Amino acid sequence: MKAPIFIYKRPASLDEALALLVDNDGGTQVLAGGQSLLATLNMRLSSPAILVDINRITVLQGIEARDDGIRLGALVRHREVLTSPLVARDVPLLAMALPYVAHMAVRNRGTTCGSLALADPSAEMPAVAVALNARIVLEKKGARRSVTARDFFQGLYQTARDDDEMITEVIFPKADADEAFGFTELSRRHGDFATVGLAIRARKAGGALNDLDVIIFGSEPCPLHSPAAAGISIASNASDKDLTEIAATITADMEPMDNHQGRGETKRAQAATLLRRTLKDMQQRALALEAAQP
Amino acid sequence: MTETIVFTLNGKPMMADVDCRLHLADFLRHTLKLTGTHVGCEHGVCGACNILVDGRSMRSCLMLAVQVDGAVIETIEGLTESGKIADLQSEFVARNALQCGYCTPGVLATATELLEQTAPTREEIRDALSGNYCRCTGYHAIVDAIEAVVKKRQAAP
Amino acid sequence: MTAADTKSDTMTGAPIPRREAARLVAGKGHYTDDIDVAGLLHVAFLRSPYPHARIDRIDVAAAQDMPGVVAVLTAADLARVCAPWQTKLALLPSHVSPLQSPLADGEACWQGEAVVAVVAATRALAEDAAERVTIEWSELPAIPDMTSAAAPGAPPVNSAMANNLGLDHAITTGDPDAAFRDAAVVVEHDFSFDRQTGVTLEPRVILAEFDPRLGQLTVHHSHQVPHQMRDVFAAQLKLPLAKVRVVTPDVGGAFGLKIAAYPDEMAVAAIAVLLGRPVKFCADRLESFISDNHAREATVKGRMAVDAEGKLLAMDLSVVSGFGAYSAYPRGSVGEALQAVMMAAAPYRMKSLRGRVRGYFQNKPPSGVLRAVGQPIATTVTEQLLDLAAQKLNLDPAEIRRRNYIDAAAVAARSAGGVVLSELSLERCHDRLLKLMDYDALRRDQQSLRKAGVYRGVGLAAFIEQTAVGPQLYGPQNVRASAQETCRLTLEPDGSLTCASSITDQGQGTRTALTQIVADELGVDIDTVQITTGDTQSTPFGGGAWASRGAALGGEAALRAARRLKQSVLTIAASLLQAETSALRLSGGVISNTAGLPQMTIADIAATASFKAHLVPLGELPPLEITESFAPRELPYVAANGIQAAYVEVDPELGTIRVLGFWVVDDCGRVINPLLVDEQIRGGVVQGIGAALYEQCIYSTDGQLENGSLADYLVPMAGEMPDIFIAHMETPTSATTLGARGVGEAGTVGAAAALWTAVNDALAPFGAVMTVQPFTPERVLDRIALAGTPPHDL
Ligand SMILES: Cc1cc2nc3c(=O)[nH]c(=O)nc-3n(C[C@H](O)[C@H](O)[C@H](O)COP(=O)(O)OP(=O)(O)OC[C@H]3O[C@@H](n4cnc5c(N)ncnc54)[C@H](O)[C@@H]3O)c2cc1C
Ligand code: FES
Ligand code: FES
Repeated sequence: MKAPIFIYKRPASLDEALALLVDNDGGTQVLAGGQSLLATLNMRLSSPAILVDINRITVLQGIEARDDGIRLGALVRHREVLTSPLVARDVPLLAMALPYVAHMAVRNRGTTCGSLALADPSAEMPAVAVALNARIVLEKKGARRSVTARDFFQGLYQTARDDDEMITEVIFPKADADEAFGFTELSRRHGDFATVGLAIRARKAGGALNDLDVIIFGSEPCPLHSPAAAGISIASNASDKDLTEIAATITADMEPMDNHQGRGETKRAQAATLLRRTLKDMQQRALALEAAQP
Repeated sequence: MTETIVFTLNGKPMMADVDCRLHLADFLRHTLKLTGTHVGCEHGVCGACNILVDGRSMRSCLMLAVQVDGAVIETIEGLTESGKIADLQSEFVARNALQCGYCTPGVLATATELLEQTAPTREEIRDALSGNYCRCTGYHAIVDAIEAVVKKRQAAP
Repeated sequence: MTAADTKSDTMTGAPIPRREAARLVAGKGHYTDDIDVAGLLHVAFLRSPYPHARIDRIDVAAAQDMPGVVAVLTAADLARVCAPWQTKLALLPSHVSPLQSPLADGEACWQGEAVVAVVAATRALAEDAAERVTIEWSELPAIPDMTSAAAPGAPPVNSAMANNLGLDHAITTGDPDAAFRDAAVVVEHDFSFDRQTGVTLEPRVILAEFDPRLGQLTVHHSHQVPHQMRDVFAAQLKLPLAKVRVVTPDVGGAFGLKIAAYPDEMAVAAIAVLLGRPVKFCADRLESFISDNHAREATVKGRMAVDAEGKLLAMDLSVVSGFGAYSAYPRGSVGEALQAVMMAAAPYRMKSLRGRVRGYFQNKPPSGVLRAVGQPIATTVTEQLLDLAAQKLNLDPAEIRRRNYIDAAAVAARSAGGVVLSELSLERCHDRLLKLMDYDALRRDQQSLRKAGVYRGVGLAAFIEQTAVGPQLYGPQNVRASAQETCRLTLEPDGSLTCASSITDQGQGTRTALTQIVADELGVDIDTVQITTGDTQSTPFGGGAWASRGAALGGEAALRAARRLKQSVLTIAASLLQAETSALRLSGGVISNTAGLPQMTIADIAATASFKAHLVPLGELPPLEITESFAPRELPYVAANGIQAAYVEVDPELGTIRVLGFWVVDDCGRVINPLLVDEQIRGGVVQGIGAALYEQCIYSTDGQLENGSLADYLVPMAGEMPDIFIAHMETPTSATTLGARGVGEAGTVGAAAALWTAVNDALAPFGAVMTVQPFTPERVLDRIALAGTPPHDL
């Protein structure tokens, strides 16, 4: 199928772009990497009246270290994030998640902020943003606000962004030395969207993991930040049985959706397995790191 | 709605008026008659339309033609003419790493970018190829061909 | 000997790269959608959103006024130039498929059936206009699944039908009752195969041009069988055969999907005739999923009787197959179901078989042939039941097979299902495979890993592949599908050769194989042989590409033509040289005498015969253009055989499956070009793995395809596929001079079965056996949960 007719705008500045978004109820859409938007246009699943191509707006480019964290502009492509030494060092969870995102050609064009804006329930970036509670910066003509990722994602393809707002950047907090991270997902084939996945952050003390943030995604309408996980500490010598119990407690928070990837209950069981294994892996990595330290 | 675009196509400057809704693959194929770029899905999944934009492999079905204004585009026709991937192409032929050949130009675009990395392993080759469907071969010969080029390029001074 | 000499002597059997490969890697392919014609119009179809509905009214006025629109056409418009058709099979009179027309006429019977054709200057404009067509529908009861189609009193899938049963066929060989009564072990299992579709990377494309002054229709078509389509277009559009030309340029994959006459493609040809203007239709991927023929949907209840030594006594199969809304034209939709029974236990000695096959129409796209038609089902059922029997008898799966292979040397044995077998090499393939994969080492690996909670499985699947199918398949059914292949070989005035063949090549490499055969036989450099295929105007009539026939039958015709041409050349040479024909040798393009001294070249003969025939002292000049046809007449087909093995790991907690290794030993008789054969097999294997692990058309209970995009219908990608190791046995068939059997479907015939046996082997400690393919993670987990046993030692 071929895309329906639309008006194409390619503003050179952010102000122009924001002006184009004024007074719009979804009929005007931002075109970032186009790796989702153009696919839906080619299927005539969406028919925006106006496309605002932001690819010329240079202020939206770049990965930068700032006091408050690592900033990714709206034009930062998945590939840039995947290959950034800055990201690898300061936001390791993001680096761990990116290999799961699509394939090389799609990563060369698709953007992190586009992924956040789209809020696909099976996408990796929203889960990472929620795990780290990244700050998402929304701008509209004459106003700028920032929303934490935990407030941003509100439901299936639903976010706190208003139609006249653009995500101009996202800021990921830098990892502390005592933080540990885990990322995994189950998908049918590599590069596919996740059936169910996990993004985890914790504070480590030896092999113990405390202050857990467990995000479950893919199975839920939007990334689920497990309330149960918050109160859990994992002892250094936790047995498989302990981990199994912890995983069961945390995945009890899920409200998994039934779809072609499986029934919700199947995903809950799969998530519990992934969680047990990932927690164990995080513990082992923490211990190995400690052992390697002089 | 049409726009005028200026870009570099296979090493030469190019100018064209394009309908804004036209995707790049259709523009290359039907307007410029560069039919070596193929279309297998138009939703970004199969990789048959992969070409190089500013040196990187991209889905030409998921870009609008108007967006290449100012960009450097290389299609299979240009890659062939420049001789840049002659070794890859001859390895594909020698190992019969294609049958119908419909996927091949896209696979070669992916491989071109992949080969710029330092010595990808067999697994990395398979991983990189995962964005390119081939329905005829068993992928094995394609992986072999790329692996052979990796080794040959490494051996070359 | 000259260099050319050496080259030509080793041609057949040599890994010669394909000539078109050099063109294809350069992006110089020439596929149907690459063709541009002045004034070309584009067609977009409005398709039924309902699986079953009556069309009450169609309003095209608004669409007609849209920019760029040339015509908006309905069934009634096309009926003026195109007659309806009906699939009929003479031997199966109860297989009654309703009349079909290019566009749905009054009633749509599947979601995706074309209803209105919009013809416009571009595809985008045609789609814009299609959105303005309004159709008033009355929904009718939809019967998408086989069970509801079979229910007593079920509403018909099409109002023209009395009921939905399209096939009910039973066979009995030997005495199955006695065999089951006397058996030491009886095993049974239920199998279900989800609907699949071919997903050729190049979708269906057709470009039709009609010249009203000449009354000439020219169709460029991404298709496997141009001569069949010429016949179909001529018949339906009421044109003389001579006024229809069908060209199949490069084709981006076919796999059986591009063998049928599709209504929407008939519509395109009809539109060209009606408007007198060139029109093109290129299916987009979304409409491919709902308008390409589907395949495989079947359930099988299988039982197997085995004696105490593990000898196979009998099988009892009940197959139910889903046809979709119509029987595919012109070959019908029954092949899958019939083959599923007929091919049962084909590699094995087995006396008794009972089979019952039922097929039901459904409100879904028609099912057609897909690579290996029914054979994967038969192989899966047989191999899985064998493993279950082996388990009961405490026999190793390799051992139970070894005890049952049908006698290799026997000429024209018959399997219980009636499959004609001759000159097989099953035992040798088996032994070779076990070595190739190091079977014992894998078994040890498996045992030790089980203790560590890692569940791996080894799966075997021996198979028979029906190749080179002759006229006995469609001839008796009164289906106009040619089964013979023809080669017209011409010695050109400059000494080069032109070989025009009725076979077609969608990348299999048949064209290369034929040039190798011709070059070898005539002792000329392969580069002097030009080949023409895929154009009804310039190639002789014949089958095309179906049922793995290209090299075996097309090759045989080419070989025979080359032999006769060689005789002509030598006869002329002998007369010029005043020598005996038998005293001359033709090699490297040079004719030499008994002493090995070059006398003249084939080019000299060509020039003399073409321009100075008066110098040739013969009463009559022997022909330098030879046409030879071949179809197996004594045999219905030439069976090939082989065995495959898979090594897999199942994660019993996630339900995921990893394929760690895959091996195939195949015997396709004489291997003309290993380069072609190996990747053909591998491609077939990957399609089989796809069937077992990924591919399924998921329909809602109300008949909507729910995963009709390439993102949602999963096909195998490089990352998940294993390396696939291939070895060959070469047992030439005596049915032809050439000795080649087909190989195009071998991989697909057995790969899914090897996955079934491997996965179930891995699941054995849980007491679980899979029943439904593809093996999605959830299905794996469900079977483990159902078995309810914690993993135990075996
Ligand atoms: C084959 C394939 C596989 C894929 N697999 C994965 C995968 O495994 N995981 C995954 O996460 N993604 C996957 N993707 C999607 C890919 O990551 C997309 O690029 C991403 O989701 C969207 O980013 P984009 O820049 O392409 O956005 P676009 O397609 O340009 O836009 C998507 C939506 O977000 C809006 N939008 C974009 N940017 C902004 C902004 N700055 N402000 C406001 N609104 C904005 C657009 O208006 C549009 O509605 C896949 C895509 C393809 C084609
Ligand atoms: S056509 Fe672009 S990815 Fe398939
Ligand atoms: S060779 Fe046909 S799709 Fe790859």
